[in-house]
Amino acid sequence: MKSKQLGSLQAFTKRSEFSVLIGLVVLFVAMSFASPYFLKINNIMNVLQQISRYGIISVGMALVMITGGIDLSVGYIVAISACMAAHLTTNVGLPWPAVLLIVLLMGAGIGLVNGLLVTRVHLWPFIVTLATSKVVSGAVLLLTQGMPIHMESPLCWFGSGYIGPVPVSVIMMFLIILLGTVFASCTQTGRNIYAIGNNARAAALSGIRVENTKALVYVICGLLCAFCGIMVAGNLNSADAGLGAGYETDVIAPVVIGGVSMNGGEGSIWGALIGAMIIGILKNAFILLKVSSYWQSVVIGIVILAAVTIDCFRSLRKAKA
Amino acid sequence: MEQIIYSIQHVTKEFPGVKVLSDVSIDVRKGEILAVVGENGADKSTLMNILSGGYAPTSGKIIYEGQELTSLTPQHAQKLGIAMIHQELSLSNALSVAENIFEGRLPKNRLGFVDKAELMQRSKLLLQEVGLPNLDPRTLVRDINVSQQQMVEIAKALSLEAKFLILDEPTSSLTVNEAEYLHQIMRTLKEKGITMLYISHKLDETMAISDRIVVLRDGQLITTMETAATQIDDMVSSMVGREYSAGYTRAQYKQDYSTAKPILEVKNLNVGKKVKNISFTLYEGELLGITGLVGAGRSEALQAIFGADKRQSGDIYIEGQLCQIHHPSDAIAHGLALVPEGRKLQSLFLRFSVKENITIVSMRQVLSRLKLINRKKEYTLADTYSQRLRVKTPTLDQKIVNLSGGNQQKAVIARWLANHPKILFLDEPTQGIDIGAKNEIYEIIDEMLHNGASVIMVSSEMQENISLCDRILVMYDGEIAGELYHKDATEQNIVTLMAGQKLDLSAHTST
Repeated sequence: MKSKQLGSLQAFTKRSEFSVLIGLVVLFVAMSFASPYFLKINNIMNVLQQISRYGIISVGMALVMITGGIDLSVGYIVAISACMAAHLTTNVGLPWPAVLLIVLLMGAGIGLVNGLLVTRVHLWPFIVTLATSKVVSGAVLLLTQGMPIHMESPLCWFGSGYIGPVPVSVIMMFLIILLGTVFASCTQTGRNIYAIGNNARAAALSGIRVENTKALVYVICGLLCAFCGIMVAGNLNSADAGLGAGYETDVIAPVVIGGVSMNGGEGSIWGALIGAMIIGILKNAFILLKVSSYWQSVVIGIVILAAVTIDCFRSLRKAKA
Repeated sequence: MEQIIYSIQHVTKEFPGVKVLSDVSIDVRKGEILAVVGENGADKSTLMNILSGGYAPTSGKIIYEGQELTSLTPQHAQKLGIAMIHQELSLSNALSVAENIFEGRLPKNRLGFVDKAELMQRSKLLLQEVGLPNLDPRTLVRDINVSQQQMVEIAKALSLEAKFLILDEPTSSLTVNEAEYLHQIMRTLKEKGITMLYISHKLDETMAISDRIVVLRDGQLITTMETAATQIDDMVSSMVGREYSAGYTRAQYKQDYSTAKPILEVKNLNVGKKVKNISFTLYEGELLGITGLVGAGRSEALQAIFGADKRQSGDIYIEGQLCQIHHPSDAIAHGLALVPEGRKLQSLFLRFSVKENITIVSMRQVLSRLKLINRKKEYTLADTYSQRLRVKTPTLDQKIVNLSGGNQQKAVIARWLANHPKILFLDEPTQGIDIGAKNEIYEIIDEMLHNGASVIMVSSEMQENISLCDRILVMYDGEIAGELYHKDATEQNIVTLMAGQKLDLSAHTST
């Protein structure tokens, strides 16, 4: 029994997520020495709240990328969801449960359009989601006429509420990461998602409904973006068309850093959380250490490059073995 | 004496663990069409690759126009005027015919830009030579049909001033008329003094076009014949005539079909142009072999029955019931299983562990009440079947990519057996695995039959078909050319049917 546990520990240390976890610990320890404010509870909560929105979407993005796809429309789904929530609450006056339902359905619906275009029309995910993101970004401007919309609603609790010292958005992030991890690693559909990313033809011959499963991950991704949109609008008590700008890179980065291969078929959901934390702490470090924020992008870009390069070398080494 | 253009002397080629060619000597005469025939096998394509600089021989000499070539590369071969037309065409679909002909050698004007006028003029001349005077050289390659593409390949070879053309199964994707047309072009080229090496599975074509025929078998040169003095029967008997020594045999074969119960009936199956209206029956507990040359439509038929590929028509009855199978999951629900050919392409999840590769089809068996994967059950299931099939792996968590080909294949079979299929399709089950693992797989098949499963096996290996199958269907060009019971399954009979020749069994069966 003992040797078996040891064996699984060894297997764990060989996983790509492990080196990322080490990276996070090193960064964490270094920062706690570098700045006296870093370990303050307020600062930690602040960092977590900032990464919560990326963390939530990264669950969907990781699933999409494990199938070998990519979703570039996440930012604009967040924007239209936030604006739709504010619009339905403030301008239409719908009760909050109706707003929640409609916005979530809309997010899932946009995901479904992505999924169907990828699986039924056989278009490249990159192009499909780039195009839908353009359509959606135009739709947000049409909806808001470019003006911010104020929002007062019980839904704002998701973005600005606290339970004890912990922001609700942080709790939601951990909950969704947990659910995502269980879904990916402990359900049949989750296993099928990995199988498709490994070898779609073999997956189909094994009886997996490849197209439906692929469409599903885009739906999940859209749904999570919609929830994130509500959270963001709730956090600001307002929404505008520019909200989700740049989310796609902020979400793809932690997923890749967390060990999801760009070729699909491997990686984990919680690895993406680690990736998100690394980026969150890095961003926080620039503020605490008073480094010009212009350096942020430079360093984060380098971290992404490093992660992808390591992934590339790792798969090359595997190919040789 | 006739002039020899290309001479290979005592050429042997070994790959790690296998000898593909042993001591082959051929003299190719200038201006002849020399056909190379043989069963499916690696020897012919290896020979072609040696001649065109793809591989270096392990030992032996190759002498081209009196000069010994020691380190021939494809580029060097091209300069010497040796051109190879591959079975799978290597044109760029999105470029025009002219650009393909002069790929990498586009004529340039003084400014360094492409000289369009020159390109058009020279392309036109070349197209005329291969019998396509009306084809606009600006047409994109993807807009012309396969036989035209073949001609463009030949035009490309001519533009390189090829004197020695190697055609690897050029008619395999052509219709009868297109093939006849290709032969005409070949005859014109021959008149111009171009030497051609022609590889084909189709014996009647070989008879029609060649001057001489070389027969290879198991990497050895069996004979060289003058076509004019040869009958097809002679060719078949020299292609065959191998003695089997260490063959695997089953304890007993199904002989009495009078009481046999059909378990799977396929009626009027059509798949694209590959499978033409075939019907057949598989009986309970039977091992039915389907053989034929590569491209005869064997795998396509299996995949279409399994719901993996679209079929234009075809009804599938399982135990007398008409079944709607439009996706592999339907087939699996009806108790079918398919071990496809090409492990890496169609069966393996290379980044999965051995365990995950085995359980992927039977996940339903290992789910808890909450529909979550029960790790213990999953491990037990994988363990049971990996032991039953003697999969050699350090642990079940080992990545499958680290296993040998034979063990990978056993794991794939384990995957399907774990789901208790009634009917099992095996497509080239022993492709690329060593003798030991092959025998183990034969034992496994035998055991499955004992346990009541019915099996269809597609195999290119003559030995497997003869020594394992209760009954063999031989396909030729998408149709079933003939049916052989175990007692009539001789290599001679199979090869005759495989090559599209008629077979009269009445003389044998009456005795």
